[in-house]
Amino acid sequence: MTAMQPDLKKKKRFERLTDAQLLTIISGGIFLLMYGAALLLIEAFRKPQVFFDITNYYSYLIIIACSLTVVMIGGGINISVGGVICLTCMVCSIFLNNCGIENQTLLVLATFVIAIGIGAIFGAFQGALISYLEIQPFIITLGGMFLARGLTTILSGGENVPVSETNPFTLWINNAAIKIPALGTTRVRKGQVYVNPATLHWVTIIAVVVVIGIYLVMRFTKFGRNTYAIGGNTQSSQMLGINVKLTRFNTYLLSGVLSGLAGFVFMMFNGAGGKTGIGLRSEMDAIAASIIGGTLLSGGVGNVIGSFFGAIILGTLQKIIWFSGLQEAYWQDMANGVMLGIFIVMQSVVLSVRGKGKMHLPEWLKYSKKNR
Amino acid sequence: MPKEDNQVVLTMRGICKQFPGTRALNHVDFTLRKGEIHALMGENGAGKSTLIKVLTGVYEKDAGSIRIEGVTGEAKIHSPQDAQNIGISTVYQEITLCPNLTVAENMFIGRTRSAFVNWQARNKRTTEILESLNIPARAKQELSRCSLAVQQMVAIARAVDMQCKVLILDEPTSSLDEKEVEMLFGLMRDLRDKGVAIVFVTHFLEQVYAVSDRITVLRNGELVGEWPVAELPQVQLVATMMGKSLNDLESLELVGQKSVGSEEVVYEAENLSSTESKPFDFSIRRGEVNGFTGLLGSGRSESVRAIFGADQVTGGRVRVKGKNVQIATPHDAMKNGIGYLAEDRKRDGIIADLSVRENIILALQVLKGFFHPMKREEMEAFADEYIKALQIKTASQDTPIGSLSGGNQQKVILARWLLTHPDYLILDEPTRGIDVGTKLEIQRLVLKLAEEGMSVTFISSEIEEMLRTCSRLIVMRDRNIVGELTGDQLTQSQVMQTIAGGKQ
Amino acid sequence: MNAFMKKLKSSLGGLAMPLVALGVLILFNLIRCAVIGDFHFFAVSVASDDKGSVLSGNIISIIDSASVLAIIAMGMTLVTAACGGQDISVGAVGAIAGAFFVIMMHPQHEAQLSTLSSVAWPNVILGVLAAIIVAVVFMLFNGMLVAYFKIQPMIATLILFSCGRSIAYYFLFQVLGVGSIKLDDPIIFAMGKVIPGVPIPTSIFIVILMGLLMYLVFKRTNLRLYTQAVGINQKAAQLNGINPTVVKLLSFVMLGVCVAVAAIVKCSNLGTLTTKSLMDSIEMDAILAVAIGGNNLGGGKFRLGGSILGAYTIQTLSTTLNAMQVSPDSMKAYKAIVIIVIMVAGSPVVRKWLVTQSGRIRTAIRSPQVKEAK
Repeated sequence: MTAMQPDLKKKKRFERLTDAQLLTIISGGIFLLMYGAALLLIEAFRKPQVFFDITNYYSYLIIIACSLTVVMIGGGINISVGGVICLTCMVCSIFLNNCGIENQTLLVLATFVIAIGIGAIFGAFQGALISYLEIQPFIITLGGMFLARGLTTILSGGENVPVSETNPFTLWINNAAIKIPALGTTRVRKGQVYVNPATLHWVTIIAVVVVIGIYLVMRFTKFGRNTYAIGGNTQSSQMLGINVKLTRFNTYLLSGVLSGLAGFVFMMFNGAGGKTGIGLRSEMDAIAASIIGGTLLSGGVGNVIGSFFGAIILGTLQKIIWFSGLQEAYWQDMANGVMLGIFIVMQSVVLSVRGKGKMHLPEWLKYSKKNR
Repeated sequence: MPKEDNQVVLTMRGICKQFPGTRALNHVDFTLRKGEIHALMGENGAGKSTLIKVLTGVYEKDAGSIRIEGVTGEAKIHSPQDAQNIGISTVYQEITLCPNLTVAENMFIGRTRSAFVNWQARNKRTTEILESLNIPARAKQELSRCSLAVQQMVAIARAVDMQCKVLILDEPTSSLDEKEVEMLFGLMRDLRDKGVAIVFVTHFLEQVYAVSDRITVLRNGELVGEWPVAELPQVQLVATMMGKSLNDLESLELVGQKSVGSEEVVYEAENLSSTESKPFDFSIRRGEVNGFTGLLGSGRSESVRAIFGADQVTGGRVRVKGKNVQIATPHDAMKNGIGYLAEDRKRDGIIADLSVRENIILALQVLKGFFHPMKREEMEAFADEYIKALQIKTASQDTPIGSLSGGNQQKVILARWLLTHPDYLILDEPTRGIDVGTKLEIQRLVLKLAEEGMSVTFISSEIEEMLRTCSRLIVMRDRNIVGELTGDQLTQSQVMQTIAGGKQ
Repeated sequence: MNAFMKKLKSSLGGLAMPLVALGVLILFNLIRCAVIGDFHFFAVSVASDDKGSVLSGNIISIIDSASVLAIIAMGMTLVTAACGGQDISVGAVGAIAGAFFVIMMHPQHEAQLSTLSSVAWPNVILGVLAAIIVAVVFMLFNGMLVAYFKIQPMIATLILFSCGRSIAYYFLFQVLGVGSIKLDDPIIFAMGKVIPGVPIPTSIFIVILMGLLMYLVFKRTNLRLYTQAVGINQKAAQLNGINPTVVKLLSFVMLGVCVAVAAIVKCSNLGTLTTKSLMDSIEMDAILAVAIGGNNLGGGKFRLGGSILGAYTIQTLSTTLNAMQVSPDSMKAYKAIVIIVIMVAGSPVVRKWLVTQSGRIRTAIRSPQVKEAK
């Protein structure tokens, strides 16, 4: 009997953490290290505004990273998010130009509903095909991406659709920033003090709310836990009495809604106006962010907090590359690639050390062989 | 003990289920009473699993009716959730929990109607249950960090906590060692006394007699009959399962003559060790059949895996037919005339989507080399030869092996290794999870091969099987070899004593 | 004869999905042509210019333009089968291969030369070899991540997907000082368009050549058996003496060769090399070709012919839409709809439903006869 009683007390903290927690902590830690190093080495980084710039600009990426994380936890993939952002911006812009609603609140609300609606329709459509007809998610969402981009072109005729400066929506988003003088920079010129306040755009707040909201949903609701379950083992989940198909459908629905929201947020920050190139390749950035944040493509493991770090790690990296004077676009891409490579390999090694991965490790690296 | 006037909990009447090509269930009746352990017996393909899957809503029945206490009229079971809701819980042979969730979550997921999760309440309740059932796990522990046996117990604890009227245990003991089995039996008896009706499916006959009150036997998708356990002696049970009279069975028992082998040593290892096994010495002579025995986890499988190079070999010297050789990978072993039938057929043996033919020729093909593919006619001839020789029941050579029954899959894997004409063949649990007839066939085959000069290592968790076939038994405990039994020492009690450490 | 028919039937049975999809597309075109009363779509004519005459027409154009996709789809099928995932870096690695192809052909003392003309044969051969070697090396990087570090192919190849084109640009720019280069040379023209005097586009020959190469590889080696075994059950394959790591690396090597050849054909055909856009988003089409070919994207059994047919199906679709005057950008939407319809029709649920329905119809047809017999 004694052989069966594992020595519970002696287990180290490291082993008590779940994989998802550990990977999230690693990505959070790396973000802090990176940012800390940047603060030390790069003078231009020492302004709070730099951080706000990152979160403001990448707010849409944070949201679609959450969207991807939810789907990936459920064992799927969704590469239509970039296309949906693009379509959302286009449809909303056309709506803003043609609806003639003067009431600002009503207009903003209507635009918001349209954005979410488009996302929901795409999510529901893809989710239905993937979960009820059991078609490979990669292909269906690839179709979704083509469809969204194609529809954007058809709607716009391939032209950009600008929204005028005087449109109530444009006026609304122009005011959608919070000025924080305390974190700003001050300059003294000719005896007068000029304050250049730090600008925290509303989109950052929306993104953070989304991250926290999805975290709570994934942790404290039946839907969230069921998603982890179906990603971990689909067949078992079925046996445990989980409605696998409905749960999977819901992950795509949620993912679609979040892409629609990301489109709205994109417009809020970048200004209303449809272009066919919006969000190009952003699905891959979102996947990268999720992976850096510790979500595994195989499903069942992941955390939106990690994805948040993943997205801002990508943003910080771009800033660092920019400030270090490597301003050609290809340096940014290469830095991205190297970063991703380091993270992916590190995750593989960490999981193997914990005895969960599949790598062949040298004997001394194996951590928990005895307990298994 | 169960009372005679027990009230019926579950009745299944005239259940039919058709699959493309086969009739899996043909008007099967099954009755379950309150507070009994009811063994459901039958050979592979008899329809046990199908019946259970119909009952738990994994399959839809084609015809028949299911009635359960507490539900008026016919019970409608269309999904595992329906089954759970009306009080039918199942614990399967393969653990059907989610490894990435915590123990507490696995206990409760898929059960609640509430949209939100109360972690504190869950963890507290789980800790209580785990303690009351004496299961060595923590509520907040990730399930994948528990041993297989503990995972199995968590699955049972979940079923128990669901206040089920009917608990189905589908081969729950196949991955447990003896102590764990005893613990499980204790749990089962407790539950029976609390009034739970338990359906117990297993291949181990002794276990049936250890806990069951009643036995239902199926054969070829049809009901053979139902007996109280006292009225059906073990031999009779086997006979009804196989559809043979007692005389036939006795002749089956006579497997053949044991083979001691010649003087020539075929394989010899000194201080061989791998990442999974401690250093050990071992040798086998031409034409000898030996066995490794010991409890689950004693290192018997790990040792033979080290011989074959299946795990990373960390040290030791190996001589094959007197020559020093290096065996680091399965390919090295195969080149040196060693074959290995792995313990877990599904995971390590079959390549499910490939045809029977491709599965048969695979090892020989690998031996011939990457640049020397066999001709199609050659493959077909080989496959035909072995399908006939081993009486493999398959629609054609092109049938994917995954659609065959367990016993026939095992025969295909055996054929794969026989085709390479190894000097030394390692069979790790070749008889696990297959029906009695095939088990005997395989034992007979082993003895025949030995007679022809092949050396065989035969491992089985059923000691009688090993006593029947092996002329030498190597006993292992805690990853060490603790004894070697030959000749007259080969008795059940002697083996048990050696395993236990000779304390008795 | 009977055995041959049986064999044919069984091999065609596996290709039902792409064959039906292609058939329906052709049928659609026939009907469309009948409705507008103009069968010009199917016409094959001879177009002549100063460089010689060549067959032209939609059918030739489909076969010609699908070549690049078909070549990549072959390699993608192997990687899918062995590793249970897809390589999304094929376009980027193609750009790198293209860059080295040009760099090796370029007379490097004339840096900043933005048009490449009058290339010598040895340099072309050098360029082709360099392209293949470089593509194989980069694919081995992917393969290493997949085979040694056990990372899913899609994630592993995300690295080169995001930085591959930049690497290509970097090399091209560092060595030649230009970011994009025109290729105007008779030899390159012959490689990418037509060989003077031969009326059939060269790319068709190259596809046939690659197909034959693959056929020979499968005929002469056990690659098919090993790949499928590893894709279906890696552990079992390993215990039968197969080295899964080597098999996976091998599949990436094959993909590397395919990608290099495809990149050479593509940039020769275009007459220009732009690292940013060479074979842009071809990875998506290649994966699509594999899926339409009836292959399981989760690995295991595969049909190379299916993927090639898949490639031609996608191109037929594009050409059809083109002939219907759909603009290239909005084409994506229609393409998506057709793809989704194909995938829905081929989905396990719909197939199962069709089988039960056909079974029901068959019994319905039979039952009156039974009654008559009685």
